[in-house]
Amino acid sequence: MSINRSLSRVPMKISTLVMLFFLSFGTQVFAAHPDVSDAEEAIAAGKSIFNANCRTCHRLDQKNVGPALRGVTDRHSIDWTKRFIRNSQALIASGDAEAVAIYNEYNQLAMPSHEFLSDDELLDLLAYIEYGDKADASAAAAGGEGGEGVAGGTGVPSEYLTIILGVLVLVLFLILVVLGLIISILNKYLDTQKLEEDDKQFVNQKYDFGKILKSDAFIIIITTIVIALVAKTAIDELYTVGVQQGYAPKQPIAFSHELHAGQYEIQCQYCHTGVELGKSANIPSANICMNCHMHIQNVGGKDGISPEIQKIYNAVDNDQPIEWVRVHNLPDLSYFNHAQHVVVGGVECQTCHGPIEEMEVVYQHSSLTMGWCIDCHRQTNIRFEKNEYYDKLVQLHKDSKEPLKVKDIGGLECAKCHY
Amino acid sequence: MKENKKTYWKGLEELTNQPEFVKNAEREFPEAPSVLGGEEGASRRDFLKLMGFSLAAASLAACEAPVRKAIPYVNKPVDVNPSIPNYYASTFASGGDYASIVVKTREGRPIKIDGNELSPINGKGVNAIVEASVLSLYDKQRLKGPHIDGELTDWSTLDSQLKSALGSAGSVKIVTNTILSPSTQKALDKFAESVGGEIITYDPVSNYGILKAAETSYGVSGLPTYKFDNAKVIVSFGADFLGTWISPTEFARQYVKGRKITKENPNMSRHFQFESNLSLTGANADYRTPIKPSQSGLAVLALYNALARKGGAATVSGASVEIANIDQAANELWSNRGNSIVVSGSNDPNVQIVINAINDLLGNNGKTVDFSKPSYFRKGDDEKMNKFVTDLKAGRVGGVVFYNCNPVYDFAKGADVEEGISKAKVSVSTNSTMDETASLVKFVAPDHHYLESWNDFNPRSGEYSLSQPTISPLFDTRQAQESFLVWAGESSNYFDFLKDNWSESLMGTQSEISDSQEFWDRSLYNGVYSDGSESEEVSGSVDVSAAATAIGRSYKADNAGAELSIYTKVGIGSGTYANNPWLQEMSDPISKATWDNYLTVSQKWAKDNNVKMVEGATKKAKITVGDKSLVVPVLVQPGQADGTFGLALGYGRTKAGRVANGVGVNAYELLDLSKGFVNYDITEGVSVEITSDAYKIAQTQTHQTYMGRDFVIQEATLADYKKDASAGRYQPKIYKEGEFVKPSKVSLWKGHKYSQHHWGLAIDMNSCIGCGACTVACQVENNVAVVGKQEVLNRREMAWIRIDRYYSSPEGASSNSELEKAADNPEVTFQPMMCQHCNNAPCETVCPVAATTHSSEGLNQMTYNRCIGTRYCANNCPYKVRRFNWFKYHDNKDFSTVNVAQNDDLGKMVLNPDVTVRARGVIEKCSMCVQRIQLGKLTAKKEARKVQDGEINTACAAACPTDAIVFGDMNDPESKITKMLKIEENTTSAVKEVNEERAYHVLEEINVSPNVWYFTKIRNKEKSEA
Repeated sequence: MSINRSLSRVPMKISTLVMLFFLSFGTQVFAAHPDVSDAEEAIAAGKSIFNANCRTCHRLDQKNVGPALRGVTDRHSIDWTKRFIRNSQALIASGDAEAVAIYNEYNQLAMPSHEFLSDDELLDLLAYIEYGDKADASAAAAGGEGGEGVAGGTGVPSEYLTIILGVLVLVLFLILVVLGLIISILNKYLDTQKLEEDDKQFVNQKYDFGKILKSDAFIIIITTIVIALVAKTAIDELYTVGVQQGYAPKQPIAFSHELHAGQYEIQCQYCHTGVELGKSANIPSANICMNCHMHIQNVGGKDGISPEIQKIYNAVDNDQPIEWVRVHNLPDLSYFNHAQHVVVGGVECQTCHGPIEEMEVVYQHSSLTMGWCIDCHRQTNIRFEKNEYYDKLVQLHKDSKEPLKVKDIGGLECAKCHY
Repeated sequence: MKENKKTYWKGLEELTNQPEFVKNAEREFPEAPSVLGGEEGASRRDFLKLMGFSLAAASLAACEAPVRKAIPYVNKPVDVNPSIPNYYASTFASGGDYASIVVKTREGRPIKIDGNELSPINGKGVNAIVEASVLSLYDKQRLKGPHIDGELTDWSTLDSQLKSALGSAGSVKIVTNTILSPSTQKALDKFAESVGGEIITYDPVSNYGILKAAETSYGVSGLPTYKFDNAKVIVSFGADFLGTWISPTEFARQYVKGRKITKENPNMSRHFQFESNLSLTGANADYRTPIKPSQSGLAVLALYNALARKGGAATVSGASVEIANIDQAANELWSNRGNSIVVSGSNDPNVQIVINAINDLLGNNGKTVDFSKPSYFRKGDDEKMNKFVTDLKAGRVGGVVFYNCNPVYDFAKGADVEEGISKAKVSVSTNSTMDETASLVKFVAPDHHYLESWNDFNPRSGEYSLSQPTISPLFDTRQAQESFLVWAGESSNYFDFLKDNWSESLMGTQSEISDSQEFWDRSLYNGVYSDGSESEEVSGSVDVSAAATAIGRSYKADNAGAELSIYTKVGIGSGTYANNPWLQEMSDPISKATWDNYLTVSQKWAKDNNVKMVEGATKKAKITVGDKSLVVPVLVQPGQADGTFGLALGYGRTKAGRVANGVGVNAYELLDLSKGFVNYDITEGVSVEITSDAYKIAQTQTHQTYMGRDFVIQEATLADYKKDASAGRYQPKIYKEGEFVKPSKVSLWKGHKYSQHHWGLAIDMNSCIGCGACTVACQVENNVAVVGKQEVLNRREMAWIRIDRYYSSPEGASSNSELEKAADNPEVTFQPMMCQHCNNAPCETVCPVAATTHSSEGLNQMTYNRCIGTRYCANNCPYKVRRFNWFKYHDNKDFSTVNVAQNDDLGKMVLNPDVTVRARGVIEKCSMCVQRIQLGKLTAKKEARKVQDGEINTACAAACPTDAIVFGDMNDPESKITKMLKIEENTTSAVKEVNEERAYHVLEEINVSPNVWYFTKIRNKEKSEA
């Protein structure tokens, strides 16, 4: 299982590379307005604005809560687009025909106003909308949803592995059979030969298994092996006391990370707001759920209200918090800070939490034992680039051939986590 | 080589080398603990039972982990993030005790209080009481709602019943302690007006004498503003201005400004103290003279006459009295006219008038004693209060309202108040607990805790501050001012009332901000506001002769009888916050006693009455004042003036709550009101008899001793320091290969390398006044357990930082009799002592499980979950700073009445979530606030920058009002500590070349190479003497 999971990350990386490839060489599909820049900085700036403000409801090339956005400057004037983004409700209220049409087409869902975006920021945003992330389009064109495509790709090597292992076992077994055959053939051959007495005795020697079984040496060896095995099992078992790897409790709401983080690619930080701030990543409060579920009341475009989503509404209506079950229980004696790892260390969420975007029900991916922490601290390089804090450490370390690792700057010391 | 020839001792038993002391000193730990509850130790059967249970528990634990919930908000407030603290500026004010503070909250719970750096009054420092007040918020004994006749009721019932009752009550008196809040005053005035009532103000610890004298001399109503920082010569007659007098944090801050010396600026103020009890201030004085309270008025007159002779002013008559150092003080005051200050702690208006005259003579008025910018910390009028109590007792008061005050307990005639309350038709209290007063009244309308309240304050002319709620009210309480407005029939709520008041009265005093909301927001954010008003000239001539005549009548030069001087302790104060275990367990700066008050007696009296005090074991005495008598344990106090006794207020509470009830005796009932003011000096009708009852006072003074190693304290006189900056330094040398070298040159160790940070502390013993604010700050920050009196007696207190108080005898004294004579008035030195974070740590090498290790930043780390409790480390620690958890102090009913912060649901809310609550059987000790270091580093890393000096601070250093403790990175060439220690070259080596002559390591000769440096104590004395 675990080999399976670690291998599954390789093709993911490959698929990211493929995406990057598409990104860089993708061809332009829409004829965008000439005012919209295709400079990389503008696209990058636009992307962060998009992710922060639009991504919840919009995709570039797919219809979501709102329309697919690419080509918007082709369809509407730049000025109109800006006004619509800034305050669509005002535009609709003013009776603008284009605006009213869109409003009606998308079930009269009001788009929040974005008065705080400056002209330049809007142009950056449009740059991203028109020229950014072309892979999005090709993925959509390929017809598969991103999450599934990746998930589908991961099954292949594990099957190969099983086959290869099976073949290996088969080959070994065949070799064993062949060796047996050879021995019996040779014995038969020797039987046919004239041999001296010594050789004969050697060929036809009989083993007294009873005697061997009763010998001290045998008993000692067997006892030692048994004790060693029992001890090893006991110690291994003891080490798993309190280790909840694989723990996947039933949650009060059947929330699917596979759907939200996987299919809809909602950023982890969108809900887990504390992850860049401090110790706690934060379980989202119900009002964060409501940002989207104000509009999305059921899954897969079905009518009515989903019973699971209804639970959020109940929580908000009754002012009763949702009592989620903690999956990752670090003991109180150890201090862990998300911000240190995510912001400073640049560690991906998946490194510790596993393929969360594939989890229908969240389970504890890593063992969360101290050995596991320490292991990572031994192997991980410090991300000192552009971080003045590490300047002196890097300076002092520069003569060493080894890269600067967490362990080199006190990452294995007790009081880094225990106080 | 031994340069300092003084003898240092922590307690008399050490000085006289009592066998009991020696026995305990040699034993690292007290005898093995018995099981609480008196049972014998655990038997083999118990062990097997436990074994069986733990196995079962372990296997159960292996099967199923407990389900833990993660419950988010429904609607997360924008600025509250779990695990991220928020800070709010607010104000502590209780009676007239005042501090502008910053409250740290976590997940909406206040957990720590620090001083507000913007405050011109207390600055970044706070005292122990303010520091500990956060725990009183979570006091389970606070009332859960309004009460009528002791029964819980609801607010509307209380309001309607109370209104109708007050309407027919007749004359209504509203009793309060000093109110610093203009809006509260206004609300109270409205209420008083609506019921035709009168407001009566008194203070548990009164300074009526100064108020009355200011009124008489200058027509000013208010206390003068003192500026000790401008004074080169300070003379105090019994005013404990560093510990308890008026605004001690502010005065300590000012005082130490004039006491910080460097080689470049080797000037410091000189401080004379004349007092009966050894106070914290007296302990810091350069020259201290023990005097009797009956002489104190004459001593002030003698000083006046000496100065008048110099200035050619008319002298006044007064019995002549021989008091050492008066003439020297007069000479020095005279040569520092305008740069000196004379204060008195006496509550006698006549004495204070003479003090005014002295400061006038010296030209100090307007310079160090400023009546033109009065302070309002005390407004209590003893005479008015006395009259009210008489009226109340006589049944002449129809209705009485007690606004957050407890006169039944803390007024001299408490018994009369108690008797009188039942005679009033209507009695109301806004006290938040069922204390001595509230339990007697009909209506109790409990006020919010101050951390749940809005308010404004005007502690000094032109200075304002605000307080804001830092948590939603925990109980169904209502802010008292709101109650007053409701009862006065006002429709506005107190918040709007306050806000309108604020902008109405202060908006016009500034021109920077034109929007009143913005002005309010800014004021609230800063917590303080100065209106920048110019002070008005004060004129008036002090009529000293009438005062002198009065003094001549009431003071005697040669009173033979016993005298009692009633004082307040730094930790407990007036007793309002007595129900706070942090304060009870804080050892008194001078006596080092916890959980008690006691009669301090002189050595001579002890000898005459055959009292030998060893390790807290003492006898009880019966003290009689007039017709009242109390039985109290005696404590032999070096420095106690012969023939005098001291007794602290604030104890003997009967209805404060489970912590304080029955601790000590109530000294308020001994106070004397016969002269029209509350007299704390009882000079007549006092008799003390020793009884045969044995008693044990839980003193920490002789715990954790250094086994006779010398040179822990290094000190010099200013004159010597000027000649040689390294005066008083003991510089041990070790013989190595033909020459004597510094101990640091001889080491078995390779030495650590600190490539990034090298944390350290620099402690200036000249700045440390011994107030103990750091010890409480540490307790709050690090979840240090309170263990209670019995466990302190067992020498098992848990404090991570202690302040060692050393007495010293003069040079050359060697015989016991000489030493004991010196002990009548010893010099005192305070030394904060915490884990020294040694680079060659003796504890680290002896731990069999590597539970205590060294970090790459110079910290000695303690890993609780690895510790198996061998206590080898504590045995091997030369500084005795390691503490062992003999019991599980949390969730243990045996400690539920003392360790409330770790035992009940509400108390636990005060715990610092970033610090582990330690389990039974492990060692703990100062971590140099590693949680703060880690947080500071993380903030810097996140912002991709270096750590700025000052952004990380330990709790002790942050709380210190005098900056005696400085924390910093010794690898940072720009840091304050590097500059203080004059570390020239910044290397990564653990052993730093320190060029500051005053800096030393305690026990340098054993070369454990600590990361805590001490600066020699410098006394401003002519020659080294006691």
